Amino acid sequence: MTAEGIGARVLRKEDKRFITGNGRYTDDMTMPRMGYAAFVRSTYAHARIKSINTDDAMKMPGVDAVLNGHQLVADGIGNIICGWMVHSKDGSPMNMGAYRALESEIVRYVGQAIAIVIADTQQQARDAAEAVVVDYEELTAVVDSLDALKDGAPQLHPEAAGNLIYDWEIGEEAEVDAAFAKAAHITKMDIDNNRLVPNPMEPRAALAHFDPSEEHYTLYTTSQNPHVARLVLSAFYNVAPENKLRVIAPDVGGGFGSKIFIYPEEIACLWASKRAGRPVKWTSDRTEAFLTDAHGRDHHSQAELALDENNKILGFRVKTVANIGAYMSLFSSSVPTYLYATLLSGQYNIPCIHANVKAVYTNTTPVDAYRGAGRPEASYLVERVMETAAREVGMSPADFRRNNFIREFPHQTPVIMAYDAGDFDTSLDLAMNAIDYNGFAQRRAQSEAKGMLRGIGISCYIEACGIAPSQAVGSLGAGVGLWESAEVRVNAVGTIEVLTGSHSHGQGHETTFAQLVSDRLGLPTESISIVHGDTDKVQMGMGTYGSRSGAVGMSAIAKALDKVEVKAKKIAAHLMEASEGDIEIENGELKVAGTDKKLAFAEVALSAYTGHNLPEGMEPGLKEGAFYDPTNFTFPAGCYICEVEVDPDTGVVTIVDFVAADDFGNIINPMIVEGQVHGGLVQGIGQAMLENTQYDEDGQLLTASYMDYTMPRADDVPSFKLETSVTECPGNPLGMKGCGEAGAIGSPPAVINAVTDALGIRDMSMPASPNRVWQLIQDKGMKEAAE
Amino acid sequence: MTTVSMTVNGKNISGEVEDRTLLSTFLRENQGLTGTHVGCDTSQCGACLVHMDGKAIKSCSTLAVQASGSAVTTIEGVSQDGQLHIMQKAFKENHGLQCGFCTPGMIMSAIDMINRLGTDLDEKTIRHELEGNICRCTGYHNIVKAIKAAADEMAEVLEAAE
Repeated sequence: MTAEGIGARVLRKEDKRFITGNGRYTDDMTMPRMGYAAFVRSTYAHARIKSINTDDAMKMPGVDAVLNGHQLVADGIGNIICGWMVHSKDGSPMNMGAYRALESEIVRYVGQAIAIVIADTQQQARDAAEAVVVDYEELTAVVDSLDALKDGAPQLHPEAAGNLIYDWEIGEEAEVDAAFAKAAHITKMDIDNNRLVPNPMEPRAALAHFDPSEEHYTLYTTSQNPHVARLVLSAFYNVAPENKLRVIAPDVGGGFGSKIFIYPEEIACLWASKRAGRPVKWTSDRTEAFLTDAHGRDHHSQAELALDENNKILGFRVKTVANIGAYMSLFSSSVPTYLYATLLSGQYNIPCIHANVKAVYTNTTPVDAYRGAGRPEASYLVERVMETAAREVGMSPADFRRNNFIREFPHQTPVIMAYDAGDFDTSLDLAMNAIDYNGFAQRRAQSEAKGMLRGIGISCYIEACGIAPSQAVGSLGAGVGLWESAEVRVNAVGTIEVLTGSHSHGQGHETTFAQLVSDRLGLPTESISIVHGDTDKVQMGMGTYGSRSGAVGMSAIAKALDKVEVKAKKIAAHLMEASEGDIEIENGELKVAGTDKKLAFAEVALSAYTGHNLPEGMEPGLKEGAFYDPTNFTFPAGCYICEVEVDPDTGVVTIVDFVAADDFGNIINPMIVEGQVHGGLVQGIGQAMLENTQYDEDGQLLTASYMDYTMPRADDVPSFKLETSVTECPGNPLGMKGCGEAGAIGSPPAVINAVTDALGIRDMSMPASPNRVWQLIQDKGMKEAAE
Repeated sequence: MTTVSMTVNGKNISGEVEDRTLLSTFLRENQGLTGTHVGCDTSQCGACLVHMDGKAIKSCSTLAVQASGSAVTTIEGVSQDGQLHIMQKAFKENHGLQCGFCTPGMIMSAIDMINRLGTDLDEKTIRHELEGNICRCTGYHNIVKAIKAAADEMAEVLEAAE
């Protein structure tokens, strides 16, 4: 352990460039002779394209090319894939409709790309895109997933009869039926999870360059996983072989899942850079981002919980319809299945669970992973049902949860997951103490005295991060392995570069990854650089999503460091004529235990590179790599409690207190972990209180700008109280669990449980906007008056 | 095309622009000052915030020709003689940034806040005054903390100077 090692609140190494305006994002990049791209996009949610007329556009100033899907297909560019095969309960593979980067026959959502225009300036490209005339035959659209399943609904894809992609199930239905047959109490709820738009502040962008002399492409792109982008662009979209395609994801301004996927625009820019014979840059504007970034959530569910006479859970039954949008995005199939239904056991002993999920096409933007990806939907469902069941049987929500907590580990749930470690009582205790749960009645009385309503809501979440091991996810249908790679390069002067397949887009890897190396070798973090985001520098990697960079990415670095240490010790032992087993690494020195003999790490590094005096047979150099594949998921868990005050005259909900008590296992940098929790909480609170994605019945997105979609702002949220406890994850060498998504997973049910408590009602939809809350208060008043 | 002339970060510059060119485009593309970011098209997110004649403006909804003849300060002009501004330092010390994309606008907005309201800022005021800046990463907690810390430090500096 050093001052900058594991557990230290080290200030971020990457900050200086961001606070001085020297960050380098994709849109900041330029190239000689660069042209700008703009896309012609569908104005209809569902229409047949009769013709595309580019004559006027081609005559406009600065315009180089207007290219459409016919040309794209003719050039052999492949259809967009979904990388996770899910089978229906009858064993049939999912029904996937064709998805082209540029559509030339039938458009299926507003904003779908039809043609790409290349011009000298961005304005010229946009003007020309507007001058492209697309003649449409409008078709009837369907927006809601339940409507899409009805007889007679508009059909989106010939491959998916009834718009059904799959009808999937998990768990033992007969066991659950038997459990319900002997239940003393059943809590049944209809629960929706509202559709969200991820909204990283940096809009997506791509800068593509084709070098004809080398037949080589370079792509700068806003990606969370540049290696996966290169793999998919090569293997499936036939843009270029991997050795002829370099993908660079420089500074990336947030992702939250939406920058995992390889979108039509990146494919089209690469292809167009060759066609137009110049580098092509495209930068999304915010409305394009609303229309085309993969959305999140959008579930309709029914949940039933069966209890015995002691209020122990007997069984859980869930039916969910998931809106996938108009096309299957890269990991869309896995989100409402293996990332959702496998978490339906929550923190509780549930003997049997059965979940049925229908995934459905609609004429809306594709839906895929967004911060939490399936797990927020599961946690919201479980925690809304738990809270409601507690109220129905007359137990305190805390006691009811404790009555059903899992306390022995490992714990095999009925839905695949084997929880490896946890201490749910401690999280609940920490949260209840921090918010003074016992003093709530008094605070409620004070609020009531001034004409306000007050409520408190608990959420005990568990989630799964670092999806693994590769063999297991492969058996569930994943098209990729979910390991991570790292290379530790010690330079001759003793400084270090760590090449990682993880990608940082706000997470602070340049700091935390350096802390790990500092901890191991006793070197200052300033002598350690983290290299990421460039397929020419880092050999391979799976990128950053699913809170995997700590548990998986850092574990790979730890494995590579093991190898570096072994070799360094061998060299040091040889140089100091000591036994290898007696060498210890401490404070940047290699010491012979029990003696005053020592060598600076830099001296050993220099020896490795001069090669003048190495052990016999040893290769020169000091550089080691590792691939790490975890043995299991990790299971972050915790308890969030939200306290709200509601103004019954206006319906305005104010969060007066919010406590998050998390167990993330071992923590590298508490400052950065707290930042991740704060951000996650506000995204979850945004879902619960502010954000909603609204289409009209024709499939026009009504909330396609910051004038219409309510992003959380500073005065919408409070400062937070954070608590942590630690149970180490046994599944990786660092005992880490992952912290990136927990806030967004755990917070929505805490908010809605608090609001329903304040209003004295059972059911409500998110978001708890003033309009909706005011209406619920009126409805309740009317109902009570009628009784 | 119109010729615009202005002072940007203390340097006299001029350039040829189309009348419809936004100040944000002029700064980023003509001047290569890419620290000013564009995060929306509706003047809502504040990533493009710069100071024009000492006042905060959104450069994505200001034409370059409107800024002609004025003095513009961008995030690149906030440090003096290689020394970070107290506000920049406070953002780093309080982990007030993650992905960094909203950060230039946040810092310019926070400096403007203190220019207008002084250094005696409470949390409620800071949160209210940040209504024109959106951050998706930090949940605002540490941004508010950073601005408060910077305001307190600037108050001390002012007091010491008196």
